[in-house]
Amino acid sequence: MKFGPMKAHRRARLLQILFLLVLAGLATTFLLQALNSNINLFYSPVQVTSGEVPLGQRIRVGGMVEAGSIIRASDSLKVGFNVTDLAGSTFEVNYTGILPDLFREGQGVVATGEFTRDGLFEAEEILAKHDEKYMPPEVAMALEAGDSASSALP
Amino acid sequence: MIVELGHFCLVIACVLAGLQMVLPSVGLFRGNLLLINTGRSLASGVFLFTVLSFCALTYAFLTNDFSVAYVARNSNTLLPWQYQFSAVWGAHEGSFLLWTLVMSTWTLLVANFSKPLSDEFRARVLIVMAGLSVGFYLFLLLTSNPFERTLPFYPSEGADLNPLLQDFGLIVHPPLLYMGYVGLAVPFAFAIASLWSNQLDVSWARWSRPWTNAAWAFLTLGITLGSWWAYYELGWGGWWFWDAVENASFMPWLIATALIHSLAATEKRGVFKSWTVLLAVFGFSFSLLGAFLVRSGILTSVHAFAVDAERGQAILWFITIVIGGSLTLYSLRAWNLKSVVGFDKSGRENFILANNLLLTISAAVILVGTLYPLAYEALNDGAKISVGPPYFNAVFVPLMLPLLVLMAFSQRSQWAATDLRVLVYGQGRLLAGSTVLGVGVALLLGALDLWICGIATLAFWLTLNLGMELRRRVKGRQAPWRRLLKQPLAVWSMVIGHFGIAVVALGIVSAVMMSEETDLRMAPGDTATVGDLEVKFLGTEAVQGPNYLSDQGRLEVYRAGQLLAVLQPEKRRYLASQSIMTEADILVRFAGDIYVALGEPLSEGAWAVRIHIKPLVRLIWIGGVLIGLSGFLSLLDRRYRVRSVLREKKISERQGSETAYV
Repeated sequence: MKFGPMKAHRRARLLQILFLLVLAGLATTFLLQALNSNINLFYSPVQVTSGEVPLGQRIRVGGMVEAGSIIRASDSLKVGFNVTDLAGSTFEVNYTGILPDLFREGQGVVATGEFTRDGLFEAEEILAKHDEKYMPPEVAMALEAGDSASSALP
Repeated sequence: MIVELGHFCLVIACVLAGLQMVLPSVGLFRGNLLLINTGRSLASGVFLFTVLSFCALTYAFLTNDFSVAYVARNSNTLLPWQYQFSAVWGAHEGSFLLWTLVMSTWTLLVANFSKPLSDEFRARVLIVMAGLSVGFYLFLLLTSNPFERTLPFYPSEGADLNPLLQDFGLIVHPPLLYMGYVGLAVPFAFAIASLWSNQLDVSWARWSRPWTNAAWAFLTLGITLGSWWAYYELGWGGWWFWDAVENASFMPWLIATALIHSLAATEKRGVFKSWTVLLAVFGFSFSLLGAFLVRSGILTSVHAFAVDAERGQAILWFITIVIGGSLTLYSLRAWNLKSVVGFDKSGRENFILANNLLLTISAAVILVGTLYPLAYEALNDGAKISVGPPYFNAVFVPLMLPLLVLMAFSQRSQWAATDLRVLVYGQGRLLAGSTVLGVGVALLLGALDLWICGIATLAFWLTLNLGMELRRRVKGRQAPWRRLLKQPLAVWSMVIGHFGIAVVALGIVSAVMMSEETDLRMAPGDTATVGDLEVKFLGTEAVQGPNYLSDQGRLEVYRAGQLLAVLQPEKRRYLASQSIMTEADILVRFAGDIYVALGEPLSEGAWAVRIHIKPLVRLIWIGGVLIGLSGFLSLLDRRYRVRSVLREKKISERQGSETAYV
């Protein structure tokens, strides 16, 4: 193999490749940034009560709507309810707006929003389901997490 | 009895599809023309038995045969007959039966409308399609049999079809969408057949173009209809949610859009050959991925069918085999695929290259966002996340803007060399004109917003360029108007399709930027002001439907004291399932839809009421329909049909009479 000054067309090719690599790198950086600033972590009621959740950060929570816990304001669309894993961990959710049709006591719910203080979740969005037989995987997981946490207790 | 026959027909269809795969393969191996041609007649057999099977399930629905588990889960004696009919594809098992029916329809069409193909090549295409069909039938029979009985203790009444699906949209949306999804199997089969036979000239591109256009047109209409359905039926007033399942239909659309463009370049100029083959493979792979995402329930989605890990796994295996097999074949043969012609400066090829890059990258970033929750869960010990719409907007919009600019700029480009000066000529004036129009539209909408001005300007610029292209085609000729009507349909298809994009872009930007949305508590007699409208809530009254009870609200809409309309949104309780459904009422106006939906009843006769005003939102679906129609229009172009006739003539008479047409 002979090493010498690069031929012009090879240098052009090399520049092209470098340019493409830089472009691809920039695109990937931008993509990951967009991705990381827009993911919402999911927390189960056990994680909420054990204080694992960050305050003031956009997250998702889920569990079952506790029976008899729904309270409505009389002059606005404000509504409050408790979310539970049916195994002892419960927290409050506040929401202003129209609840989805399948929202009901004793049904699974997934909410997006943030904790403004310990144990109070301000929801921006309550997730609806097309199909009431369908349990969101997150909620199923949250219930399981609650079960194993409570069975670990004496 | 009929149900068992239906099941039996499905088994026969599966066996016939297996024969359709094996017999012609043996024929190819032995050089036996008789065996090679069995694929065509077997296609009719497979189709016939799938239709019979589908009819049997339909019969079970129409006769309320609740001993069939699938019918019992998804129907009810009170269900109106048209919904009993569409309930056939209302859930997983039946919708997959529809999927196989669509697959056998495409196979039948390819078998009978592929005159220009040689017997051998057609056999290979049909073998690939039959192989896919066998996979589908086995999946249906082994994991999701719609004919399963619940004997001897069957319910006397069915559980009812999900109320959201009791709607005209569901009757039409899945068949259209599946025609698109499954239709992408045709270019896939053509690509595989050409790799397999080492027949890597440009003819496969020419032959698969009409099929790809047709599948793409169906997919476009299916997605458009789905978006419209979500808008009026879900009661949230949204038309696109970046939901995993929406993405699952949008990714194959993006790839198929890239494919129809690169197929054109491959056919006309012999460029992008290997890339086009890859796109054909990926288009169909994305269809399968969509089926996997919807039917495995691994992602939280508003559309998800009930979770079933076994089905998900089966589809995942199928995808692995299809993608793995085709990519292996590709890597073995692709070195043959050298483009004959180089690139010419500023020819149309360059723009198609840019189009393909932008479209595939956008499909890729949507794929990343859609699958990221799964990857995150696997890497972080089961931690669940979701990727919100802001991600998709942040990555998708910056990719679409240059696409729109290039689309407008490139309309007048020609194959091979185009003088850049010809392209640039007059663009300044067009751009100035469209800026005036764009700002005008923004002023009409009542907001001098940068996004609206910008997108509207781009939309008009694209439209004006399309107009200029039409003008160029008839310029200097006698009777230009008649000449315009005589343009080939392919030209009209191109113009209408791209015009549809301009229409959609304008609709999206005005619906996103100009919507007024209010959710509020209204007691009877209350009046709310939204935009320049006043909405008065008169209260609700009980109404009874065929299979539901409903609270029907009455809202009067006034503009400047003038009564525009009385809207009657409903809150329905379906009797069988006791599920609650929101039925929005929409006043359609050019200036913007007035969208009213009832939330839930509050104390003292008051209701939560949702009032939206969405200017120009209709343009999104009108544009989508235009785009879809353009795909069908291209099929009617004489050149597609004439070419095959000509070939036959050439072969039989050994003399060309092309001059009459070309």
